[in-house]
Amino acid sequence: MTLRKMTVALAAGVLLCAGGARAEELALVAGSIGKDISELRMQLDAFEKESGHTVKIVEMPASTTDQFGQYRLWLSAGNEDVDVYRTDVIWAPQLAASFVDLSEAMKDEIPKHNPSVIQSQTVDGKLVAFPMYTDAPALYYRSDLLEKYGKEPPKTWAELTETAKEIQDKEREAGNTQMNGFVFQGAPYEGLTCDALEWVASNGGGQIVSPDGEITINNEKAAAAIEMAKGWVGTIAPQGVLSYKEEEARGVWQTGNAVFMRNWPYAYALSAGEDSAVKGKFDVVPLPAGESGKSAACLGGWNLAVSKYSQHQDAAIALVKFLGSEAAQKERAMNTARLPTVPSLYDDPEIAKAQPIVAEWGEVVENAVPRPSAPTKRQYNEVSKEFWTAVNETLSGRGTAADNLDQLEKRLRRLKRSGWE
Amino acid sequence: MANVQAGVPPTDKALDVERKGALARSDLSRQRLRSAWLFLTPMLLVLALVAGWPLLKTIWFSLTNASLADLEGAEFVGLRNYWEYVDYGDGEGEYFGLLFDPQWWNAVYNTVYYSVISVAIETVLGLVFALVLNAEFKGRGFVRAAVLIPWAIPTIVSAKMWAWMMNDQFGILNDMLMTVGILSAPIAWTANPDTAMWAVIIVDVWKTTPFMALLILAGLQMVPGDVYEAAKIDGIHPVKVFWKVTLPLIRPAILVAVIFRALDALRVFDLIYVLTPNNTQTKSMSVFAQENLFQFDKFAYGSAASTLLFLVIAFITLFYIKVARLDLGGRGK
Repeated sequence: MTLRKMTVALAAGVLLCAGGARAEELALVAGSIGKDISELRMQLDAFEKESGHTVKIVEMPASTTDQFGQYRLWLSAGNEDVDVYRTDVIWAPQLAASFVDLSEAMKDEIPKHNPSVIQSQTVDGKLVAFPMYTDAPALYYRSDLLEKYGKEPPKTWAELTETAKEIQDKEREAGNTQMNGFVFQGAPYEGLTCDALEWVASNGGGQIVSPDGEITINNEKAAAAIEMAKGWVGTIAPQGVLSYKEEEARGVWQTGNAVFMRNWPYAYALSAGEDSAVKGKFDVVPLPAGESGKSAACLGGWNLAVSKYSQHQDAAIALVKFLGSEAAQKERAMNTARLPTVPSLYDDPEIAKAQPIVAEWGEVVENAVPRPSAPTKRQYNEVSKEFWTAVNETLSGRGTAADNLDQLEKRLRRLKRSGWE
Repeated sequence: MANVQAGVPPTDKALDVERKGALARSDLSRQRLRSAWLFLTPMLLVLALVAGWPLLKTIWFSLTNASLADLEGAEFVGLRNYWEYVDYGDGEGEYFGLLFDPQWWNAVYNTVYYSVISVAIETVLGLVFALVLNAEFKGRGFVRAAVLIPWAIPTIVSAKMWAWMMNDQFGILNDMLMTVGILSAPIAWTANPDTAMWAVIIVDVWKTTPFMALLILAGLQMVPGDVYEAAKIDGIHPVKVFWKVTLPLIRPAILVAVIFRALDALRVFDLIYVLTPNNTQTKSMSVFAQENLFQFDKFAYGSAASTLLFLVIAFITLFYIKVARLDLGGRGK
């Protein structure tokens, strides 16, 4: 309950700053995944109680790709009905023009947060969105099964392939025909860009487009990494993985039908839930390493942005401040294992007790690999689409990785022409 | 005077009457024409407002460099979104633009493939359904209503429903086929590149066959019963009756139903967007346009795709009307 008091105190502080008690009706739009919406509602209730404002949640589908299309449409139409947008970490350069600059309003808050996250949301000196939580994926594994077959959690992708195959085959022989070795996000959408970037980067194949805008994806190490993933489909991963997003993968995992899963930390809280078939039977480690010897985690995370078309900007900013605050982030981490952007929270004993993954993930977040949204600017979505298409085609057996990456490079060159804009 | 009048040849008089008649007729027809225009104007105005204006606007945007972030700042760039040669200055160059975009042509191919196959299956199945529903049997009214249920369900809902039914792990479709023994391992219907398009076609056929059945049934009910009686008395085989009597008589109804469906199918968006998002094997022209308009920062390019989509559909429709010798003027044969 101390937490609740902290939130209350903070909200009161926010209110004083905002300088008015006029009750306003706000609308916040966010995608729905796992327990995010119910957790958000709880925090909004606390905000409503303190501020006197009311906040309505506009719920969106889970796919970030679907959300983006809708948001762009609303923003370009100057929609006044939505005040606060929950935005993906990669969107800032593309939507910067439609959001309010938060750098002045958040002056006192900014130093508390991870500078690289703040940096990712800053476009030409304008703070486009304020961090709500960050994200870096984990390799989930069935500790009971690994123990049963005397295996260690894999350190490399090769080990993962081997262990997954062995356990899957033995489990199937033992009558567990539904068992799969490994599930991940293989559907053609933004999530696959993350997964594939991790395979490629951990194999020393670069980051698709380098930070200075060079197209680097067409190299042997990248091709080898994607070929390796192609080898999983139909052997250790079901073929349906080519249409799996986060929630589909979690569905297979949480019903106890997968040995390994690549997913974001939100799945940790849900897998440990009462209705989970894998409760108490799983653990997490950072993703395996490739040839580079290093593991690569794709940097994710969601932020809050205030629409410049909002009629209640002050109240909206107060809401963003509230939801991004240390107290709110702590509460969120404890309930849903969403990773905080306030570094000090990784040492918080209360969080470590409630969600052990958070305490272990400070370092993973620190070393997370960003997607090339900064160098490719407003063209990022198209770059990402070309990348996930090339990878999905390879995984589904249409062409080799080398050929598809070669073609990808040409397409990216055509996109870039004389420079990213 | 009377003499003079009498001297006027009778033909002149007849001509006069005729001329007067023609005058009166043209007066009347002019009046009718006027009132026709009067009655049509509101509809034409509304059409121009809700169909013409957006269409013109889209065509205009396709000739600019518009970005969704700044629509007012759009500048005219000619046909660059359709066709552009970029000279790299060293004797080499490359063509850009929609007409040189393999992804666009892939979308056109997908759309046409999907439309031809799904409309063909729907027409045959719809005809069978209509023939069954046209027969007298107990509870016909109920069956007629029940058949319409798939058509009444919103596409988004049916697409999502089928997505779950086709799910590789929990889907009922795999479960049923495996229980019967047709499949030995589950198929990932929507993810497998070989089955993705068929998954879309299956759902579309399920959803739209009732619509075809209904339109064809309406045609069937126009066929007078005495034709059949005559055929029966002459002892003609029912199969022959179908080919020689029924089919020619309902041909206009079928052709109209097919064109309705084909227009719909060529614009397909929601089903594909929900069932197999971002899949290259099923991406239709509309999905391609939406992607460029809203996902990417290429509003002008997406507008160009929309314009071409309009032209492709218009071309196919005109071609179809010509080939099918469809009588849309209402003059009869």
